[in-house]
Amino acid sequence: MSDLPVLEARGITKSYGHVAVLHGVDFEVRAGEVMAIVGDNGAGKSTMIKTLCGAVQPDAGEILLDGAPVRFATPLDARASGIETVYQDLAVAPALDIASNLFLGRELRRAGPLGRVFRMLDKPRMRAEAQRHMDELRFRLPAITNAVEALSGGQRQGVAVARAAAFARRLVIMDEPTAALGVRETGQVLDLIRSVRDRGLAIVLISHNMPNVFEVADRIHVMRLGRRVMLTSPKQSSMADIVGLMTGAIPAHAGASQPEEARP
Amino acid sequence: MLGVGEATSTVATPRTGVGTRLLRQLALNPVAGSLFTLLLFCAIFSATTHTFLTPNNLSLIVQQSVIVGALAVGETLVILSAGIDLANGAICVLGTIVAGKLVDAGYPALPCLLAAVALCTAVGAVAGLLVSRLRLPPFIVTLGLLGIVTAATRLISQGGAFPVMDDLLAWSGNSLRIGSAPITYGTIILAGLYLLVWYMLTQTAWGTQVYALGNNPEAARLVGIPVRRRLLSIYSLAALIYGVAAWLALGRIPNADPNALQTANLDSITAVVIGGTSLFGGRGSLFGTLIGTLIVGVLRNGLTLEGIDPLWQDLVTGILVIAAVALDQLTRRRRT
Repeated sequence: MSDLPVLEARGITKSYGHVAVLHGVDFEVRAGEVMAIVGDNGAGKSTMIKTLCGAVQPDAGEILLDGAPVRFATPLDARASGIETVYQDLAVAPALDIASNLFLGRELRRAGPLGRVFRMLDKPRMRAEAQRHMDELRFRLPAITNAVEALSGGQRQGVAVARAAAFARRLVIMDEPTAALGVRETGQVLDLIRSVRDRGLAIVLISHNMPNVFEVADRIHVMRLGRRVMLTSPKQSSMADIVGLMTGAIPAHAGASQPEEARP
Repeated sequence: MLGVGEATSTVATPRTGVGTRLLRQLALNPVAGSLFTLLLFCAIFSATTHTFLTPNNLSLIVQQSVIVGALAVGETLVILSAGIDLANGAICVLGTIVAGKLVDAGYPALPCLLAAVALCTAVGAVAGLLVSRLRLPPFIVTLGLLGIVTAATRLISQGGAFPVMDDLLAWSGNSLRIGSAPITYGTIILAGLYLLVWYMLTQTAWGTQVYALGNNPEAARLVGIPVRRRLLSIYSLAALIYGVAAWLALGRIPNADPNALQTANLDSITAVVIGGTSLFGGRGSLFGTLIGTLIVGVLRNGLTLEGIDPLWQDLVTGILVIAAVALDQLTRRRRT
């Protein structure tokens, strides 16, 4: 896999009025890796990923996609560039079936005049593709025609992750995807995250949950007060180190000066 | 120090009481309950009266249900989007008055009809804009429009009803005969309307998105559905249908009456709800609305044939509405 980052951000700065949220943050994620962003509340994690997915415009700094500078005016721009986002609060329509949820907003139409003129949905193809996709991700679900409300919370979030994975061509951003889930369900979603990574997509994972981060992350981007204080990996740092950096118990410069150490 | 929710691994414990199983079946298919109710009423009235099950009477039930049935199509769209439309009857009456006045003024009938339907659609578009852009509650928007449109209608008609003597405007009242049963063109137009909107709801992306935005508006927005445009299209299409209902109304009674259809809004909501569509949005079907419309029609007709005081019709309809919503609530609670 190429060493060139899929997505790179350089010197991202963002202020809301007089409150500076990000002070020249660098960020990168490569294909086939899970990059976790961790940090205490107010560290700037959310603002950081919002700039990556086009929901927030940075005041300064640039974003490079496959090495080329890009500017996302809206999340739809980012999506058009192959970047999908999974949200914490299960963004599914419970009354619709799994296949409909997977293709929600991107429904497939029949070929020929039935689709072009009469705008008829191709339900068989959507079901077949949804099934194939779930099989590829090794995500076990009841029949694809079930309403999502018949699923457990983990399976529902699985549908949201699978939807992002199905349409992302480069990168999936996940904002606290397991925050609402129980232990077993969290495990299902983490397995799914690994499957998505193994298919060669880049993943940015925001999580408060350190054991989860250590379980799936290849690298960890630690933030504190609007700066990246360390770029490390579960192999190089202990949970206690990272929590110390996040809270300021361990001084920031200890890690910030040598981010390049952290190669997967 | 694991994440939150660790202790709350919820495993549904399946209970298999008869009531629970019945509720589950009804949750999966609320229309089944409505269909059963309709057949039950038909069976009772067929057994207890000689006239119920005659082609002429069945045709009459359908004719009497046409206007509310058409209004209920639009109402279904709005309710599926988690809204409510209190102004549909008023918009329909506006259509009849405007078409009638324009024809009276000597303009050719077809442009008059089209102008009336377009005006209805425009009123719906205003409702859609207020709901989607200003995020006003649909209840308030359509309550306001109910007052505004009713007043405008009376101003235009200068208070009184007047006959509409025009072949095109009254055309849908003509009928053809199948066997001995007269079928009005209005009935056929209504059937076409149901088929068309059924197709849009179940076979197109637009329909899927209507369900999705009624079911979980935030999710609909996040997946990139243009929610505001969809809402605008829902209210506009619904009002266009109310305009068609105005044409059907002139076919049924060739008289434009500003005081007509005053309870049509509630009647159409009744039909939608009895048909198993959830007032919370995102669940339901147009087929259910058709059944709901027929239930109300059959009930009114049957009780009249039985010679029962018309007040009982309202009483029984009220019970059905409460029962339908209670069922929806019960099944919802089990779903979450």
